[in-house]
Amino acid sequence: MNRRDFLKTAGLTAASFLMPNVQVWAKTAATAQNQAATNKLVVVFLRGAIDGLSVVVPYGDQRYYKVRNNIAIPTPGNELGALDLNGEFGLNPALAPLMPLWKNGSLSFILNTGSPDPTRSHFDAQDYMESGCPGKKSTSTGWLNRLLAQLPDNHSPVRALNIGTTTPRILQGPVASATFKAELRRRPTAIDNEVIASSFERMYEGRGDSLERAFLDGMDARTTINNKLSGEMMQANGGAVVANRFSAFGRQLGKLMSEEPKVQVAFVDLGGFDTHVNQGNGKGQLANHLQVLGKGLSDLAASLGETYSRTTILVMSEFGRTVKENGNNGTDHGHGNFIWALGGAVKGGQLLGRWDGLSDGALYENRDLPVRTDFRSVISSVAGDHLQLSSRQLQTIFPDFTPEKVPGILKA
Amino acid sequence: MPTNKKMQDRRSRELKPTTSARFTAALLAAVSLATANLGFPANPAVAQTPTSGSATRIPRTPLKIAKSPTIARDSRESVAHLLNRVTYGIRPGDIEKVQEMGVKNYLSRQLSPDSIELPESIVKVSQVPALTETPVELFRNFGKPALKALVQNKGKTEAGKKELQKVVRETYGRLYGDAVQAHFVRAVESPRQLQEVMVDFWFNHFNVSSDKGLDHIWVGHYEETAIRPYALGRFRDMLGATAHHAAMLFYLDNWQNTTASLNPTVNKKGKSRFKGINENYARELMELHTLGVDGGYTQKDVQELARVLTGLGLPPGAGGGMGIRNLQQRRAMMQNEQAQNGQAQLSPFMRRRMQNGVRNFGAPVTAQSIQGDAKSGSYFDPRRHDNGTKVVVGHTIAPGGEREIEEALDILARHPSTARHISYKLAQYFVADKPPDSLVQKMAATFTRSDGQIAQVMNTLFESDEFWSSQYRNKKFKSPHRYIVSSLRATDATIANPGPLLAFLKQAGQPLYKCLTPNGYKNTQEAWLNPDSLINRLNFATALGANRLPGLKVNGANDVTESLATVSEKTVSAIEKAPPPLRQSLVLGSPEFMMY
Repeated sequence: MNRRDFLKTAGLTAASFLMPNVQVWAKTAATAQNQAATNKLVVVFLRGAIDGLSVVVPYGDQRYYKVRNNIAIPTPGNELGALDLNGEFGLNPALAPLMPLWKNGSLSFILNTGSPDPTRSHFDAQDYMESGCPGKKSTSTGWLNRLLAQLPDNHSPVRALNIGTTTPRILQGPVASATFKAELRRRPTAIDNEVIASSFERMYEGRGDSLERAFLDGMDARTTINNKLSGEMMQANGGAVVANRFSAFGRQLGKLMSEEPKVQVAFVDLGGFDTHVNQGNGKGQLANHLQVLGKGLSDLAASLGETYSRTTILVMSEFGRTVKENGNNGTDHGHGNFIWALGGAVKGGQLLGRWDGLSDGALYENRDLPVRTDFRSVISSVAGDHLQLSSRQLQTIFPDFTPEKVPGILKA
Repeated sequence: MPTNKKMQDRRSRELKPTTSARFTAALLAAVSLATANLGFPANPAVAQTPTSGSATRIPRTPLKIAKSPTIARDSRESVAHLLNRVTYGIRPGDIEKVQEMGVKNYLSRQLSPDSIELPESIVKVSQVPALTETPVELFRNFGKPALKALVQNKGKTEAGKKELQKVVRETYGRLYGDAVQAHFVRAVESPRQLQEVMVDFWFNHFNVSSDKGLDHIWVGHYEETAIRPYALGRFRDMLGATAHHAAMLFYLDNWQNTTASLNPTVNKKGKSRFKGINENYARELMELHTLGVDGGYTQKDVQELARVLTGLGLPPGAGGGMGIRNLQQRRAMMQNEQAQNGQAQLSPFMRRRMQNGVRNFGAPVTAQSIQGDAKSGSYFDPRRHDNGTKVVVGHTIAPGGEREIEEALDILARHPSTARHISYKLAQYFVADKPPDSLVQKMAATFTRSDGQIAQVMNTLFESDEFWSSQYRNKKFKSPHRYIVSSLRATDATIANPGPLLAFLKQAGQPLYKCLTPNGYKNTQEAWLNPDSLINRLNFATALGANRLPGLKVNGANDVTESLATVSEKTVSAIEKAPPPLRQSLVLGSPEFMMY
């Protein structure tokens, strides 16, 4: 064991001694601020523009069935029918793993949300939703990074987790994040080799400069993630079948966040939602993706354990899809969509936002769901309450924007 | 490939003892350099520099850095510094070569790249369609088939998907692959190193992203014809070339920029691909390309400049289709919002159209049938132009059609804010993340005096005391791109397949030709030094040094320590303690190799 490993182990031990105490203390005598300091935000980005109407199905509206002959989800009670939410709307049956969360009151949807920018280009819309500055292309940082900069700096190399291989636009900026790939088998890289690692340690340690700090943080983040996940990997490998690459994200992220108290935000993105052709309904292309997503989110909720109560998960997509189906049993690029909110702090079991139905007059350009609530208002409302950010701080995260308060997302 | 491996094994066995000895010798030599360097801060004149540096606030007193702390310009460490900044990284033997030919001579040749002969291999790598075909030809030969495949096959069947992937590989994939291969071979091997580095600087200054729609097919040609020829030429020429290139017109949406007064005639709902003013290009033209964000223009100027630029778009038949003339017959298409984004491949309308015989893109493109400028892929449509009078940063521009654009570009190129903005960025790129104001002022003066001759501005930079000052040496942190290119230069690597390089850059957040934002990739430490990416570099260094990156072959006999301008004793001792086969990797992963 070298010096650094020793320090790290000592640090972890100290932390694990302290942690229960902190939590007890937090529960009994928590001030809002201390509570907020440990609250967490997870952003799940669905790339390709998910069809919101196939997630939360307005089965009570006859128009829905009129404009979607081939891809509508049947009413509740029918084969592959929607799972009833409130007597008018139902959940895609592929999202069944999320029903318990709806029922226990920790899952809500905010309807008709999105970006005010009218673009229907994935490229531009994702860019705007991640930079948080619709219409302003030269914004170089992502809003999640600017948000991190407003949270108390706990000096942890894993305060921001990114699941994937590259730092996405939303996390780009001055605050470093740790990236890891959610996969069933961890492939060791060169730096995991003891001889190689110690050689580089000899070079970088004790320089007292920013290179040393980056090196140590990088090695620490790696060790933390590898250690926390090694057990989880073994478990998963027992299952033999290697499912698609997202199946592991929920469990792994949940485990890391529950065991590593300094994680403040996490980001994960999933693709494959650009369903122009053969979208399917309760089964098929989209349902297959939703199954993975629903399972991943419910695994995440479960493996977060007690931490779930202090976590808010927002699921969003760059824009919505056309209300009418197209000639290829699919849907095309639209405008408004739904944001999903999950977590112990969420006042669940609700459909929030302004819903005007599906009549032509209620639609944007007679074809798409409208945007009634700016996505930045949703984020600001959650970040303001859940992470205790002031309106001045929110201004820094979303410059040149005055958020509207979206009431009722979180428990009072 | 057992033979290869055997050869490799044999080579490393043969070289091991010598390599080890050579390493130590070279490292010791490097350490004595470092010690020489370390000696300088003890010199009171230098020790004071940082303090007097903060005195730059005193206006109009150019920071006179005393000559004494500046090491002679032809000393080994000075030449190492020069090579670090002029090239993509020192190659073993480079320092001696420059010392032999003289610093002045070396610089003057680098500043006029045509005076340096290119080896056949470099010339050959640029003779590929991605770089030589015009934007119109590229659209016809690659863009059209790709669009057609995209609309016909997308996701229908497994076979369809395969077919689509094949077409995309043969079109978008091939063009990108060829452009990337040319890029890396030239960056690593070209003797015209300053030109290569300047191309990188200017490409990022006038950034476009190959990830956006038709820029998949145009990005290589854009760099080759709108950036490269002017990288050390006249700024105004490059500004004009980028303004008129299809890649820029598409990337910043000016191809759609249309006079607002035309809108009602387009259709009743006011919808078409050309639905009025689009300010994107006008804004970035002032904010990023010329004046700079604090350059003294207003939102009103942006609007006025956008009016000047109305009508400058893509040639019909090469992405810019649908002349106003035909709008009535194409109502259905106009209503299709997808077409507005130039991503017609995904719209149901276009899908049907393609299936029904591909009329719109079907006519053969010949020189005669193309309107506008086939070479740059631009077309000025007077019908979409705003014919009113405009006022841009205080200058009145009389109605004059296409000529107005040239007038506006002249005004912007000659504006003092532009001279300063460009000089600042160049000084930041070549000297320090926070460049000394005295240097920026000198460069801006040259910029104005020479009417934007970039080689002259660079000459001012390289002749300045600031550039040579020891306080700026080895203080720049390499971008991921510079890091890998310098690694390849240090190891004398040959590139058969740039795949691993692209993968590394993607992971590092600097995918080649794919910067999303118009401000291009930054080149400061703040932008690139972070824990994840440093660890990734160490993994890359280990793999490259051990010759384990497929498609790349390093010269194992190369002494990479010669590529370090300086090295600490800490690094030396770490390398000496490591097993010899690991040493090349360790040098590439050393803190010193991260800097330049």
